[in-house]
Amino acid sequence: MKGSQAIIKSLTDEGVDVVFGYPGGVLLPLYDVIYDSDLKHILVRHEQCAAHAADGYARASGKVGVCIGTSGPGATNLVTGIATAYMDSAPIVALAGQVGTSMIGNDAFQEVDTIGMTMPISKHNYQAMGASEIPQMIRSSFYIARTGRPGPVVVDLPKDVQEGELDYPENITIDLPGYKPTKKGHPLQVKKASELILKSKKPVILAGGGIIHSESSKELQHLSELIGAPVTTTLMGKGCFPEDHPLALGMLGMHGRVASNMIVDECDCLIAVGCRFSDRTTGDVTKFAPNAKVIHIDVDPAEIGKNVAVDLPIVGDAKIILSHLVRVISQTKDQGPPDWVDYVKSFRASCMPRISFDDVPLKPQQVIKEISEAVTDDTILTTDVGQNQMWMAHYFTSMNPRKFLSSGGLGTMGFGFPSAMGAKVAMPDNDVVAVCGDGGFLMVCQDLATVKEYDIPVVVCVLDNRYLGMVAQWQKLFYDERISHTKLKAMPDFVKLAESFGVGAYRVERPGEMKETLQEALKSGEPSLIDVMIDPDEILPMVPPGCGITEIVGEYKVERENPNEIPYRPSAQETGGD
Amino acid sequence: MDEQRNHIISALVMHRPGVLQRVAGLFTRRGFNIDSITVGPSEQDGLARMTIISTGDERVLEQITKQLNKIIEVIKVRDLDAEGTVTRELCLIKTHATSERARSEIIQYANIFRGRIVDVGPENLTLEITGTPEKIDALIDLLKSYGIKEIARTGPTAISRGSKTI
Ligand SMILES: Cc1ncc(C[n+]2csc(CCOP(=O)(O)OP(=O)(O)O)c2C)c(N)n1
Repeated sequence: MKGSQAIIKSLTDEGVDVVFGYPGGVLLPLYDVIYDSDLKHILVRHEQCAAHAADGYARASGKVGVCIGTSGPGATNLVTGIATAYMDSAPIVALAGQVGTSMIGNDAFQEVDTIGMTMPISKHNYQAMGASEIPQMIRSSFYIARTGRPGPVVVDLPKDVQEGELDYPENITIDLPGYKPTKKGHPLQVKKASELILKSKKPVILAGGGIIHSESSKELQHLSELIGAPVTTTLMGKGCFPEDHPLALGMLGMHGRVASNMIVDECDCLIAVGCRFSDRTTGDVTKFAPNAKVIHIDVDPAEIGKNVAVDLPIVGDAKIILSHLVRVISQTKDQGPPDWVDYVKSFRASCMPRISFDDVPLKPQQVIKEISEAVTDDTILTTDVGQNQMWMAHYFTSMNPRKFLSSGGLGTMGFGFPSAMGAKVAMPDNDVVAVCGDGGFLMVCQDLATVKEYDIPVVVCVLDNRYLGMVAQWQKLFYDERISHTKLKAMPDFVKLAESFGVGAYRVERPGEMKETLQEALKSGEPSLIDVMIDPDEILPMVPPGCGITEIVGEYKVERENPNEIPYRPSAQETGGD
Repeated sequence: MDEQRNHIISALVMHRPGVLQRVAGLFTRRGFNIDSITVGPSEQDGLARMTIISTGDERVLEQITKQLNKIIEVIKVRDLDAEGTVTRELCLIKTHATSERARSEIIQYANIFRGRIVDVGPENLTLEITGTPEKIDALIDLLKSYGIKEIARTGPTAISRGSKTI
């Protein structure tokens, strides 16, 4: 068979039924085979969206997402999406066309060094130099993408390789002597960890995206309840622990909840699982969890000790290690520290963020609250990057893993909408809602054409503040309110913009409207856009870069109606403002 | 701050195009220092051995080793301890040598350092020397007064003493 046929056969053998792509000259052989294959191909309107859609597909389903772009500009457009997937450990396989092997290196038309370019932003990459390499290469790519710490794999496919002939092998064995991810944690380390945990009086669990990748939410909850440890998450971990659970604290870090930041500051044992201690999570590492012994569980040994000094590392799969820990600790039958649990609960109640507002222009808190009321626990929410993302992280109560998708590591504007598209394709029975800023949505709005053409009924909520809000927020807080180039003066009418693509659209301006409109949009079963006019001046309290996570600035509005109200304890810096 | 130290890292890698770029690129991207890097075929078919000399504290070294191990084409990585390791570098030195006196002195130095004269011209001599980087530095210092025209060094390669292998 031909190389191009082998590509399709390899994909179908991996269980791929849909790909997101954009053709080009060097991909003609491949697209010619796609023409009569059973593979569903979704033509996006920008390759960056193909990569983000594959990523959203992967994050929502746990399967490997696939995107395709042509050589040169197609490949460069994929790069942002590949890097996004790399930073958040999302398993995707990106197929890139390449000029013919005889032309490689000659600066041929649309040639770019895709391998060199994607080396630092992919888990691995391959360039096929002969058609016979294709089956093994694609097989290995999927294997690498989804095992160990997941991540993107790039396969570069020169045009003549797609045209070459090969005998498709009966059996393909994966031969990667340098790649053997550890799954089982070292038993001695697990034992030591259990001792450390049982000795602690104030344990806290920090859960990251690794919990979601390893599907270990149940085990996490067991451990937390068994030892009486509250759970805070990273942005990537949001949803891995039900956020209405009495022991849930919410997100930690620069844009995290006050309760999380304060409790981590106080804890004497921090059990970090499947997280990489990003600077957004820790703030100044020298002030991070100053009183705690740190246990770090991760499948990637290179994450251990990279940013935060660790007292007890355990390398392996979180699911296996957490259930092992639960087994060991249950045998010793020690009760968790009850006064710590009570203290955490009442402290958390004392700084519950306020979410109900009846202001016009709408407060983002109110908007998120109404979004929460309009959706179910099975709805998949994606966010873009900026204030919209942090408001969602802060105020949206996530109950299940794989239901909150956001670009954490790279912080890629333009992620929210196409990832929602991919998530909806992967999970057609779940409602999918993208929450975006006006700036970020405008970067990818051309793909309204795609959701229309393929009838992908996602709802995009544009939080319309006519600002590059998050950057403007930093300018307000740290640069004397000098709003340098973050005011969006000329903007489209988003309702008309959507309608011009044939996508139904609504505008929301007052409290109460968001919930109703979102429910209506979801019920319509069609792709739609909601333009939400929000208060541009509302800012979210945050930790300035370089500060410890307790050094919060900005006014933090606390839920006063809370029945368990305890006077709120502001941090020293909180009153200062800089 | 931990003590900065020289590290000799030996890595067994797949002998494929692009692997050197992957390894070198990792150092650049992560801000690790490379003093030198050498690569050549190993005792096993299809595998090459790289010797990387780097400076950094223990934490940096740990990261280098772990990050190298993450590269799919890297099979094994070992930090060799300086005492238990044989380190050698090859150097070719072309010196200016017109007078008979200079020539005989240079030849004597070469002998003392167990080097060899590998090329002779009317106005120059070329020496070959292998040894530890310090020994090569010492010879270069001595020859400076004659006028060095060109130096080509391979960078050190290393292997552990005794029966230990990686
Ligand atoms: C591709 C890209 N460019 C620039 C940035 C820097 N950046 C981070 S947040 C932000 C503002 C986002 O504005 P908007 O999309 O309107 O969202 P808002 O913060 O107002 O919710 C910018 C420019 C980025 N994260 N990604």
